[in-house]
Amino acid sequence: MIRINNRDEMEWEEGLTVSVLLERMRFSFPHIIVTIDGKVVPRDEYETHLIPDGANVRVIHLIAGG
Amino acid sequence: MNAQGSRRVLAEFAYEVPPVERGYTGQTLYVNLSDNTIAARPVTDEMKEKFTGGRGFGLWLLWHGVRDNTKWNDPENEIVISSGPCGGTTQYPGSGKSLVVSISPLTDIPIDSNVGGHFGPLLKFAGWDALELQGKAERDVIVIVDGQNGRITVEEAPDVPVDTHLIGHWLIEQMAEKEEDRYFMSVVSSGQGAEHTRIGCLNFSFYDRRRKAPRFKQAGRGGIGTVLRDKRVKAIVVKSPPVRGDSNHPADPERIARAGMRLHKEIHDYDDQQNRMRRRGTSYLVGIMNDYDLLPVHNFRYGSHPDAVKIDGDVWQSRFSQGLPDGCWYGCTMACSHAVDGYTVRTGPYKGQKVIVDGPEYETIAGVGSNCGIFDPDDILEINFYCDTYGLDTISFGTLTAFVMECYEAGVLDKEKTGGLELRFGNAGAAIEMLHQMARGEGFGRIAGQGIRRMKEHFVREFGADPQFLQDIGMEAKGLEYSEYVSKESLAQQGGYGLTNKGPQHDEAWLIFMDMVSNLLPTFEDKAEALHYFPMFRTWFGLCGFCKLPWNDIVPPDNAYTDEPAKIPEHVRNYVELFSGVTGREITAEDLITMSERVYNFQRVFNIRLGKGLREHDAVPYRSQGPVTVEEYRSRAERYDKQLRELLGLDPEKMTTEEKVAALRKHREAQYQKLIDAVYERRGWTRNGVPTLETLKRLGIDYPEVVAVVQKHL
Repeated sequence: MIRINNRDEMEWEEGLTVSVLLERMRFSFPHIIVTIDGKVVPRDEYETHLIPDGANVRVIHLIAGG
Repeated sequence: MNAQGSRRVLAEFAYEVPPVERGYTGQTLYVNLSDNTIAARPVTDEMKEKFTGGRGFGLWLLWHGVRDNTKWNDPENEIVISSGPCGGTTQYPGSGKSLVVSISPLTDIPIDSNVGGHFGPLLKFAGWDALELQGKAERDVIVIVDGQNGRITVEEAPDVPVDTHLIGHWLIEQMAEKEEDRYFMSVVSSGQGAEHTRIGCLNFSFYDRRRKAPRFKQAGRGGIGTVLRDKRVKAIVVKSPPVRGDSNHPADPERIARAGMRLHKEIHDYDDQQNRMRRRGTSYLVGIMNDYDLLPVHNFRYGSHPDAVKIDGDVWQSRFSQGLPDGCWYGCTMACSHAVDGYTVRTGPYKGQKVIVDGPEYETIAGVGSNCGIFDPDDILEINFYCDTYGLDTISFGTLTAFVMECYEAGVLDKEKTGGLELRFGNAGAAIEMLHQMARGEGFGRIAGQGIRRMKEHFVREFGADPQFLQDIGMEAKGLEYSEYVSKESLAQQGGYGLTNKGPQHDEAWLIFMDMVSNLLPTFEDKAEALHYFPMFRTWFGLCGFCKLPWNDIVPPDNAYTDEPAKIPEHVRNYVELFSGVTGREITAEDLITMSERVYNFQRVFNIRLGKGLREHDAVPYRSQGPVTVEEYRSRAERYDKQLRELLGLDPEKMTTEEKVAALRKHREAQYQKLIDAVYERRGWTRNGVPTLETLKRLGIDYPEVVAVVQKHL
């Protein structure tokens, strides 16, 4: 199990990457910051960066709106 | 039509065009249309220090122009246009905005509307920090500010057309003596729709050198176009001397240039990976909002729709002409003011004409599109074109049309009551016909054009409609129609709409992602802090002449590693540099918030002075807070049932849907009241929403006339 934004929970699975997580959550907004256990994941590592079981993941969306 | 033959000078004023010094000319232009007075008035140091410019100047001048009981259509109501000290900067993207202030026909309190186009900066370079228009002309007039020759005129103009795409072209063609004149002219106009409704907008032109035609940006909110036409003004024209990189005569051009270079490089390097503003403009938001269940669908009942893909950013990217420098002010490399060229109008008086449609922006697509169940891009373009040229606000039009459509489907309205218009969701033809009726001042369009608040009263009085139902589904607050985001799942955004000075427009605070998605505002104190900081920060743009978009529609690559990434700290530093670089006045990021607080609190007191501005006026319709109907609840039952279980300890299995709707409503309405308490406390207001004397003193706006207003409520 992983925790997302200190609120939601999601079943963990082997090989879970940041990209897969974003797709599952339908987080399509481009201005986001992803941290895993407090450490920022660079954008160019989303495809490959593995999320460990029990991780605390933050997906911070910056402000949008016209 | 002969330009000179159809115009007759009614009043004239000669002046010497002063140099702009550190972003200010030091004078404002006063024009009274009732007695044709034209005068120059000084800009005092007090005005600059306390009110900065733009919206601040507008509110200050309006305050002194009106009485406690002035209504929107009284002669003493004013339209004030001002850019701000940084307006007209060409080195930093998004530095050409104008702010317009007036008493609104929709809300009966001051409205502020921010707009691109060239008028505000050119007005300054023609010698004026603000234009203050008061009185009413006897017959239709145009007001001309000629900064090339130092001459102001008020001219009778009976033969000049009213609708914007005609009058804008006509005036520029007639008044430009040489090609270059077109570049440094701007026209403010409205249209015939503004004459018969309360949702009239102003169009601000900028000359597009590549297309060799004027384009238009809209000061849409609050019905200022209606005020313009009530004053019998067809257009305001400004001609300025040529704009140069140092036209503001800034204190330190190097500081401005350095900030500009940083942002130009960011846009160049990262826009294609981020929001693609240069290709799609704000239309990119359609798909995003749909993904997060935030796109208004069928009068804000739902937040997504399978057909949204037909009107998302990719569709508009294919319709917008690409490769053109679509900035609405010189030097803006974000260049998001896109247009559809060669659109053939399908209906109405301009059927068959090939026109440029400016936009559509996200708000228009969501408002007249998904919110009305309309998913054909051509229908959206047709409505966009006619709203603009008729001088109607696309946001109010979209939201009120969605309201009408829900009333129709709920049986409040029928064909007999609408004069034959079958105003169901998705019926674009009926919506377009209603739009033409608004322009002609006929039929059901005339009723709808009064806005949702007045329609509610009309439907109850004339049709026996249930007032509670209309109150729940009518998406207006303070009399202004909501802009186009679903706020049900974000308490902070419910406050972002409800706890505004002017009414529910997102340009004060857009907190949905911070609150609903990122869970960065878990407590009432967190929400209150955000509802203090962000409205103040965004108010500051409107004091100085800046556009909001370059603040956060592009972000530096290292923004993720900063302490407060939501604020985009590097860009905040840029703004501090820009302001100090232009004015020579050293400020900090904290000062920027205080500057806004002065104007924001002054505006709140202005509302109170006019009989509004208290807690009761910050009420919102329940549709903005949660599901009104059983159908709405069932559409997101899993989400709502979970909340009943986890937040309220209820067992949804043992409840009817009606009981569940009622339980959720009781909870959410109580949460909103707690939010109000927290926000008022953070802002330094009483529990009734009145700025305290301590707050006014801290901000240095404890003028006797301001104190006198609040003391009645303390």
